[in-house]
Amino acid sequence: MAKAPARTSPAPKKTASTPAAASNREQPRDPVPYDATPEELEKFYREMLLIRRFEEKAGQLYGLGLIGGFCHLYIGQEAVAVGLQSALDGDKDSVITGYRDHGHMLAYGIDPKVIMAELTGRQAGISKGKGGSMHMFSVEHKFYGGHGIVGAQVSLGTGLAFAHKYRGDGGVAMAYFGDGASNQGQVYESFNMAELWKLPIIFVIENNQYAMGTSVNRSSAEDQLYRRGESFRIPGMQVDGMDVLAVRGAAEAALEWVRAGKGPVLMELKTYRYRGHSMSDPAKYRSREEVQAVRDKSDSIEHLKKLMTDAGITEDKFKEIDKEIRAIVAESADFAESAPEPELHELYTDVLVEQY
Amino acid sequence: MAIELKMPALSPTMEEGTLAKWLVKEGDTVKSGDILAEIETDKATMEFEAIDEGTIGQILVAEGTDNVKVGTVIATITGEGEEAAAPAPAPAAAPAKDVAPAEAGAAVASAPTPAVPASAGTTEKAAPAERASDPAIPEGTAMVRLTVREALRDAMAEEMRKDDRVFVMGEEVAEYQGAYKVTQGLLEEFGAQRVVDTPITEYGFAGLGAGAAMGGLRPIIEFMTFNFAMQAIDHIINSAAKTNYMSGGQMRCPIVFRGPNGAAARVGAQHSQNFAPWYASVPGLIVIAPYDAADAKGLLKAAIRTEDPVVFLENELLYGRSFDVPEVDDFVLPIGKARIMRQGSDVTIVSYSIGVGLALEAADQLAGEGIDAEVIDLRTIRPLDTATVLASLKKTNHLVIVEEGWPVCSIASELAMVAMEHGFDDLDAPVMRVCNEDVPLPYAHNLEKAALIDTPRVVAAVKAVRNRA
Repeated sequence: MAKAPARTSPAPKKTASTPAAASNREQPRDPVPYDATPEELEKFYREMLLIRRFEEKAGQLYGLGLIGGFCHLYIGQEAVAVGLQSALDGDKDSVITGYRDHGHMLAYGIDPKVIMAELTGRQAGISKGKGGSMHMFSVEHKFYGGHGIVGAQVSLGTGLAFAHKYRGDGGVAMAYFGDGASNQGQVYESFNMAELWKLPIIFVIENNQYAMGTSVNRSSAEDQLYRRGESFRIPGMQVDGMDVLAVRGAAEAALEWVRAGKGPVLMELKTYRYRGHSMSDPAKYRSREEVQAVRDKSDSIEHLKKLMTDAGITEDKFKEIDKEIRAIVAESADFAESAPEPELHELYTDVLVEQY
Repeated sequence: MAIELKMPALSPTMEEGTLAKWLVKEGDTVKSGDILAEIETDKATMEFEAIDEGTIGQILVAEGTDNVKVGTVIATITGEGEEAAAPAPAPAAAPAKDVAPAEAGAAVASAPTPAVPASAGTTEKAAPAERASDPAIPEGTAMVRLTVREALRDAMAEEMRKDDRVFVMGEEVAEYQGAYKVTQGLLEEFGAQRVVDTPITEYGFAGLGAGAAMGGLRPIIEFMTFNFAMQAIDHIINSAAKTNYMSGGQMRCPIVFRGPNGAAARVGAQHSQNFAPWYASVPGLIVIAPYDAADAKGLLKAAIRTEDPVVFLENELLYGRSFDVPEVDDFVLPIGKARIMRQGSDVTIVSYSIGVGLALEAADQLAGEGIDAEVIDLRTIRPLDTATVLASLKKTNHLVIVEEGWPVCSIASELAMVAMEHGFDDLDAPVMRVCNEDVPLPYAHNLEKAALIDTPRVVAAVKAVRNRA
């Protein structure tokens, strides 16, 4: 199962842009890395660190039996959600994702306490404890889940885009899915309709290299996933998903295209998850060395930290941020542990909206 | 000898049609493939082609004639050198091959049958005498005669006029005017933004619809038939039905999935199945299966309005049947309420969708034999109106369930359990069910008839529970 390094590790930092287009059709412009202000850099850093520390804590609570069922951690992929969602307009754009959804919620500024309380199945959780890790939603933030069936969110997201276009509200839908979901049939049904009707949607493949235990090149005839939209005339971009500024820069190019009414864009974000597929995954399908190599060479938070250090941020400042983030996460964990479980009558509520 | 041209069956369910226009006249020479006439079926206007060469002898049915039964001789063709002759007196005298009907389109070509190709459960008798009026409709309300098809279309059109979030999406719903003509005229009134033709992509557009509902719209998703919805059942159940619960009431999915369900006529196993028990087993879904046109209209309007996801099961064989529909401005019926179609005291017959017609026929026959049957149309399958069923059982002490569908894990078996749990002391005899045979639906006419429920089986079951067999 040994794979060529180029396929198992994220794309090198310098190839953040789209490879040459295969045809002479108009394409989105070549993305350039985002030119962030020092404040924005710090904001990205805080958000990514919050996701990392939150997920580490979730893993810990799982080990203590406080979180049950399936729990899919986002550690390693933080730059994707933060880079992309920072480019969206929170007032009108919508986001939908699969079951590895904690990071996307945190990147949208949703209170870590209600997310963690959902993971522990408490009444105060964002879904009243009835959804769990994979089924969280915030209609207020235009975050539409949190879906447990691999690939479902791609068709649902296409529907969100349909609604944006139908209402003419100027919004764009962003539908995240993984390299595994990219082999589901409904993804291509959705691509077809999205391009046919020029729907405002960005399809985001978070290629973390493994669909559960099956690597991309053991499962995908075309393993350059950004090309998967070509037969539908959907332009593709391949982006270094470990570099938040590359991600943000690419998001801007994609958004320009979509907001101009030119239809969908398919973005492939090359990334890596450090943990198993879920908490119960022993990850025997890859070596410890492979994981360590990515951590050492390509970690998104370390990369950003280096950029900030170069810009003059001191180690003391990083320590201060880390302390603040740890406090937020500890508070969310305390809240999630101490909040009461749902009342038993909640078993029967929310099955239907109306009374018949 | 003269070849008889017979009124062709141009769809699986066509029993009669309108001879809209003759494109030839007596004495014209025709060859194979020439268009002879235009015929309006229950679904569309079709061209009727010549199969044989010869000269048009007599035209026996004038253009513009309505309700021409399938199999009626409409013209004759004489072969070369033959005299135009009067048609043979009995159609049976003509060799079958010579009277092959026009194959007007590969998709709808069907063999001619001398008799009306009605499968079991499809024949409609004259309206029986005593029908309980719907309590939801005030006494003295003016009525208009509509087909179920028209009632469904009117329901959608009215709701689309009222609420611009409502749109219709599916295969052939717009330019083709509906595979079963249910969406006829909607494109013209509402335009392509709100009446959306999709590719053949059930999983995709069911998911797209569910996403649009989550995003604030009111989609009506038409499946050409519910057989194809199995490709999409994941979104109906996992995305639409469970969303409100999983989100703790935060995210809704107000969507209607509609289309024909159950056995049609002679379309074989893959196109003939009643999915009511499948969907009715899912908490979070509303499942509606109307019988007549008034219920079709009033309940579809309610389905479009409700905040919950609805599976709305129609029946192709009922689309063309006409019923009285209240002529009121905004006719909306309550979801979750059964309707007593016929009052009776001796036995309760519960059914839904096409089975209601059979139950009513059976009740009329039974009345002649001294058994007074009460007939209940469930109308909504989930949530089930068990109160109405149990109240009737309390009165009649006998229960028969009639369901055009398989017996195992059916609505019938569910109702039998309801009677056990909540009506045991009211039962004077075991509950009986009249369901289809427990086999995939066969194609052959006789086998299909044998597999589907019919009135005699309902009559026999009622007599059995009343110990009159």
